[in-house]
Amino acid sequence: MNIEGIISVSYIIATILFILALGGLSNQETARRGNWYGIIGMAIALVATILGVVTHNYVPLFVALLIGGTIGLFAARRVQMTQMPELVAILHSLVGLAAVAVGFANFMDPDRLTHYLGVELTIHDIETYLGILIGAVTFSGSVIAFGKLSGRMSGSPLTLPGRHFLNLALLIAAIWFAYQFVVQSAAGGGMQPLIIMTVIALVFGIHMVMAIGGADMPVVVSMLNSYSGWAASATGFMLGNDLLIVTGALVGSSGAILSYIMCRAMNRKFLSVIAGGFGTGGGAAAAASGEDQGEVQPIDAEETAALLGNAKEVMIIPGYGMAVAQAQHIVYEITKTLRAKGVNVRFGIHPVAGRMPGHMNVLLAEAKVPYDIVFEMDEVNDDFPKVDVSVVIGANDIVNPSALTDPDGPIGGMPVLECWKGEVSIVLKRSMATGYAGVQNPLFFLDNTRMLFGDAGDTLDKVFKAL
Amino acid sequence: MRIGVPRELFTGEKRVATTPEVASQLIKMGFDVAVESNAGAAASYTDAAYEAAGCTVADVDDIWSNSDIVLKVRGPNDEETARLKSGQTLISFLWPAQNPELLEQLTERGVTAMAMDSIPRISRAQKVDALSSMANIAGYRAVIEAAQHFGRFFTGQITAAGKVMPAKVLVIGAGVAGLAAIGAAKSMGAIVRSFDTRPEVKEQIESMDAEFLMLDFEDEDGSGEGGYAKVMSDEFIKAEMALFAEQAKDVDIIITTALIPGRPAPRLITAEMVNTMKNGSVIVDLAAEQGGNCELTEPEKVVDHNGVTIIGYTDMPSRLAAQSSQLYATNLRHLLTDLTPEKDGQILVDMEDEVFRGATVCKDGKTTWPPPAPKLSAAPKPKAAEAPAPAPVVEKKRSVAGPIIGMVIAGLALLGLGAVAPASFMAHFTVFVLACFVGYMVIWNVTAALHTPLMSVTNAISSIIIIGALIQISSANEVIKWVAVATVLITSINIAGGFAVTRRMLEMFRR
Repeated sequence: MNIEGIISVSYIIATILFILALGGLSNQETARRGNWYGIIGMAIALVATILGVVTHNYVPLFVALLIGGTIGLFAARRVQMTQMPELVAILHSLVGLAAVAVGFANFMDPDRLTHYLGVELTIHDIETYLGILIGAVTFSGSVIAFGKLSGRMSGSPLTLPGRHFLNLALLIAAIWFAYQFVVQSAAGGGMQPLIIMTVIALVFGIHMVMAIGGADMPVVVSMLNSYSGWAASATGFMLGNDLLIVTGALVGSSGAILSYIMCRAMNRKFLSVIAGGFGTGGGAAAAASGEDQGEVQPIDAEETAALLGNAKEVMIIPGYGMAVAQAQHIVYEITKTLRAKGVNVRFGIHPVAGRMPGHMNVLLAEAKVPYDIVFEMDEVNDDFPKVDVSVVIGANDIVNPSALTDPDGPIGGMPVLECWKGEVSIVLKRSMATGYAGVQNPLFFLDNTRMLFGDAGDTLDKVFKAL
Repeated sequence: MRIGVPRELFTGEKRVATTPEVASQLIKMGFDVAVESNAGAAASYTDAAYEAAGCTVADVDDIWSNSDIVLKVRGPNDEETARLKSGQTLISFLWPAQNPELLEQLTERGVTAMAMDSIPRISRAQKVDALSSMANIAGYRAVIEAAQHFGRFFTGQITAAGKVMPAKVLVIGAGVAGLAAIGAAKSMGAIVRSFDTRPEVKEQIESMDAEFLMLDFEDEDGSGEGGYAKVMSDEFIKAEMALFAEQAKDVDIIITTALIPGRPAPRLITAEMVNTMKNGSVIVDLAAEQGGNCELTEPEKVVDHNGVTIIGYTDMPSRLAAQSSQLYATNLRHLLTDLTPEKDGQILVDMEDEVFRGATVCKDGKTTWPPPAPKLSAAPKPKAAEAPAPAPVVEKKRSVAGPIIGMVIAGLALLGLGAVAPASFMAHFTVFVLACFVGYMVIWNVTAALHTPLMSVTNAISSIIIIGALIQISSANEVIKWVAVATVLITSINIAGGFAVTRRMLEMFRR
């Protein structure tokens, strides 16, 4: 029996199933089926590899699978939907770590010197080197992203003096050690430059994510997602395994497209996000000029309830604040009550609302908000003139009119939800602090804006009772 | 400067050109205000109230001979015109197109005359736009008149004595008057439909909660200059008439407000249509003065045609005299404020200003009417509405050379790679590039709402790297073995966690 052939076919089937899994996510109906395709694909790949390739050490293998699987399931069950970004970040770090580990283990295998010769060895070494490099950046970057997203570290960007030069120096060093590594590896050594490079890559990953502000987190998370894919792909090249290459490429392009979508939603260049330091220069000046913008008009929960009750068209714009206050459930209770009264309640979601792509959709889905009343920015932005009441829950920069009026501002040119074109906007906020971009929001001072101060969960509770 | 406000002499005219409240504001601007005795009586403004506001109450001769500025509602009659003299400024409705003799006389007498009906309809001049103020009142009053002659409720009710159907109101022409009529009829509880040849008013009609009647006709934009409608093509009118004929059988009240500037009002409701209307129905023709939208309208009269009441009043604003005086006086005050930049009670008619230029029909013995065509329309045309948001256009202007150079370099690099790399690598590389393209195609189809599940599922499948560890786990080298075991452990966390959390999220996306 041709074991090799069977394994190859299994891998092809797994590849197709993975593609179908991603394709299934094109809409909510097929998405669950897509996830099953993914699970089946993974199972086929695992079984084929274990039966066909593994010859010894089954016991530690299954113990590790069991322990890891249990931890994974446990974490997946326990995690709160608001903590989704952290979970995704920490899972990315595991992929990065695995890529580093596989790379090192592969390098330590003495067979490679007999297996590969000349150019092949060079290419193989570069593949190993790249796999470890990307893996290490993914690992340390994801750990920092996890720290920032879970609040264990400050979300504000760390801006070291001359940070661009630091990055450049790290890059040059990585290239130089790559050369050293290839030369020494051919002679049988090379462990030393490989370790130094790993350290450099770890430092680079840390520094890169440290320099990125909280509002840019969606880009970072999707970028790390992309990196984890490229790491898998590089490992696939190293091992000559097409399944890894294809899967890694799928994941890599997925993350890259998400990053692109996120950047476009903020009208920022990918490079400038990665280079970091959002709102550092203009922030102070903008905040200072913000003092003179006039008076805000506060409103209380009862008045809010009255406004909502008398409206015909209500648009709810959630932001990160809703996630922090865990307010999605009470938001849906209010939505249900209003809809029962014949009020057309819709949700307008900005692509970068929250801390990862699609964050708000997941929270609303958790609260059982039917997804056909949840709309993307482009779908609803033209409707605002017809909207009677817009409720902005813990969002700031994504509803900032100065993005359109002040092209030179820190968020200039970023597409925003134009809620000020509606009849009234009610903004729920804890205080008058600025958003992550550090820009004062003229929306708060407009005549048709009312401010409802306090924790979104508590105030919405009161609104719901008043309804 | 002294402002004089004479009593309106036109039969039935109850309005007055200033109110006590407005007069006191004019006085603050440095003017003296003299009001003819009993000028505001018909609009419920007493002489005492004017005096309390600081005005002088004077007789008619004093007003005309000693005032620098004369404010009126209707244009002056012959007798009044004869009293005007050089150097005086007259501000009132004048309708210079319809009254060429009046314009000629005013020019001869050397007065500066400003016609409130000739204020250009631009955004800046809205506060001076007396036509809109009056049209608003006319629209409201039209509904009141209709209710007066309509023998039923407007609103629907279910009572112990039976069910009452709501009245159906058709408003033709959704200008200022039409929209006011829609609002009034709607708030009385009627079912309101409306028709207009200008498609951009559809939204305005719908915003008032009325139904916009669509014409089965390919797009013809009826928007003319200055926010008015224009004359439509024959086929359009035919389709329009068919619509009205059909509606006439159904509705209880028709309010017509269709006007095209400088032309007789279009005939929209024919005698046959009136014949098909229900007994007790009412037609209010706000275009009666310009000949009427309804064939059977008799201006200034209420006629009964086979049980259908047709109201042709031409003095709707005067029928709400207190209200219309207040709004008209405020329009005048805004105009005077703009004319008095120094707030010193001295007016300055700046002919460079588009608003003053448009309103001034004669000055220093010269006729200055008609003015040059206004440049801007008060109602934005649809094209203007679609004007792009201030998007960063600059970025799109990138030169084509950039991407081409990039592609050439990438192509050369690939060729270089192909030249040295072994065949096995190139095979893998082909797979890699194709997979990137497949990923690209597939991921763009993912709906934005599922981006988080997308990340968690891609995260799970990127743990396919476990294959690498599995290949190594059977190694005889203890270090490699245990590194591989550790890798299996962490990747299996990822596989189980990633798929499970994705499943959990997707379960929530139910309708």
